[in-house]
Amino acid sequence: MATAPATDVKGQDAYTAAQAQQDAAAHHATRSFKIWRGEAGKGEFVEYKQDVVEGMVVLDAVHEIQATQANDLAVRWNCKAGKCGSCSAEINGMPKLMCMTRLADLEADKPVTVEPMRAFPHVRDLVTDVSWNYRVKTQIQKFQPRAPDAPDGTWRMQQEDIDRVQEFRKCIECFLCQDVCHVLRDHHKHEEFIGPRFLVYAAALEMHPLDTADRVPELRQAHGIGYCNITKCCTKVCPEHITITDNAIIPLKERVVDEFFDPIGKLVKIYSRRKRK
Amino acid sequence: MSHAPLPLIHRGFGETQRRDAWWLQPLVVFTILGGFVVYATWAAFQNAHYTFGPYLSPFYSPELWGDPRTAWFGAKPGWWPGLLPFSPALIILPFPGLFRVTCYYYRGAYYKAFWADPPSCAVGEPRKSYWGERTFPLIVQNIHRYFMYVALLFLIFLAHDVWKALWFDDGAGGKHFGIGVGTLVLALNVVLLTCYTLGCHSLRHVVGGFLDQLSRHPVRKKAYDCSSCLNRWHMKWAWMSLIGVAFADLYVRMCSMGIWHDWRIL
Repeated sequence: MATAPATDVKGQDAYTAAQAQQDAAAHHATRSFKIWRGEAGKGEFVEYKQDVVEGMVVLDAVHEIQATQANDLAVRWNCKAGKCGSCSAEINGMPKLMCMTRLADLEADKPVTVEPMRAFPHVRDLVTDVSWNYRVKTQIQKFQPRAPDAPDGTWRMQQEDIDRVQEFRKCIECFLCQDVCHVLRDHHKHEEFIGPRFLVYAAALEMHPLDTADRVPELRQAHGIGYCNITKCCTKVCPEHITITDNAIIPLKERVVDEFFDPIGKLVKIYSRRKRK
Repeated sequence: MSHAPLPLIHRGFGETQRRDAWWLQPLVVFTILGGFVVYATWAAFQNAHYTFGPYLSPFYSPELWGDPRTAWFGAKPGWWPGLLPFSPALIILPFPGLFRVTCYYYRGAYYKAFWADPPSCAVGEPRKSYWGERTFPLIVQNIHRYFMYVALLFLIFLAHDVWKALWFDDGAGGKHFGIGVGTLVLALNVVLLTCYTLGCHSLRHVVGGFLDQLSRHPVRKKAYDCSSCLNRWHMKWAWMSLIGVAFADLYVRMCSMGIWHDWRIL
């Protein structure tokens, strides 16, 4: 049988009381926030003063502002644990997850700026339309496994072969890497370049030990891997610490080199295959 | 990708909300890399003070043509253009130079520092047009692996120079074993260059990275793992080896000019 939570004299349950006690003991301060307000790309920074408590992240502060000062503030969020990738924004000019950015890590004497991502069309306040990414994903060749290794329709693979692509599976699709990539952000090559997120996705498929599809020609042509000039900004902002440039993009670039820019290597491969026969 | 055009706003050059010193890293890269290019060019044109005792400056190694007493093929080659001043380093330096120019790490660094493309992450750029490495001239960066093969060859020559730097003239026409500070400088240079070259992204790919089932090739797997291990520090090796090779040349030059004294340890 369910029992009612224990309450204290003020009618609070034990959890809320403990939380209130903890908050009272924690360090309080008033911080200034400049939040981008507006619709469809037009808008301005609006400054808010907000009481914050030790341990708060930027998303907590934005929620407090939404609850107490700006009820119509649009912000996308979900898990508050850095795993859903919903609360991507630009904090003090750098793409970050609001739920994973502690206020204690930001300069206390200056306003915290919070803007929507710049590489995607602005909807309202801190919300952008990231649907372009989902359309891009559909254009990458899907996983095509080889014929099953066993009569029961299952495959066998070695852990050491799958380790390399395991890293790419950590991606939470927050699109911060897409946002910081200057090819999309500044040059708006959305028609010609799939961006770091989908190069990681392509790498996860292309390097998979069971996969048989050849994505290299598409990577060079339709997916525009040559646009990447290896600034490593994507790696820098990845909240999952995926080594995007070194482990995904550059190995894919090297596969493009194998196919299109290394005639000697290609001859050696053809010759060694013949020799084996 | 076919979809509706995106109504995005262009940002101006240097436009950013970043508050950190985002300009510092490109400035440091510009200064060190620019300084190295100026020094290496100056040193290459000197055609003097590149040897001291058993030491040979890495900028001039291997000495294919040059001093007839020590060069592999004698003095200045007949095909050398008359208008261009001759120096053994001018034949050598382009190869390691192009290895570094096309290096994946340096590309990202100098695109930022010298071309502001972008000046730094999330900072507005000076120009709207962008070709990337899809078309000429930057598509040429794709031949990096050929320069890597040459760089591997150079490691052998430089290691041989360290061996030669262990044998000093005894004044009676013979050689005896010894170790000078210069020996250690040249040895450190080879170690740093080896760590930089063996951690190269292209080498990592050609030794095993191109395979999806490395477990079937244990030797390649070991080579790939070793290269990956060094690759994690590629940026650091790149800078340390750059400074190391410049210092090795400077050391030999200063000793040869009599400005620095080469201390003998053994």
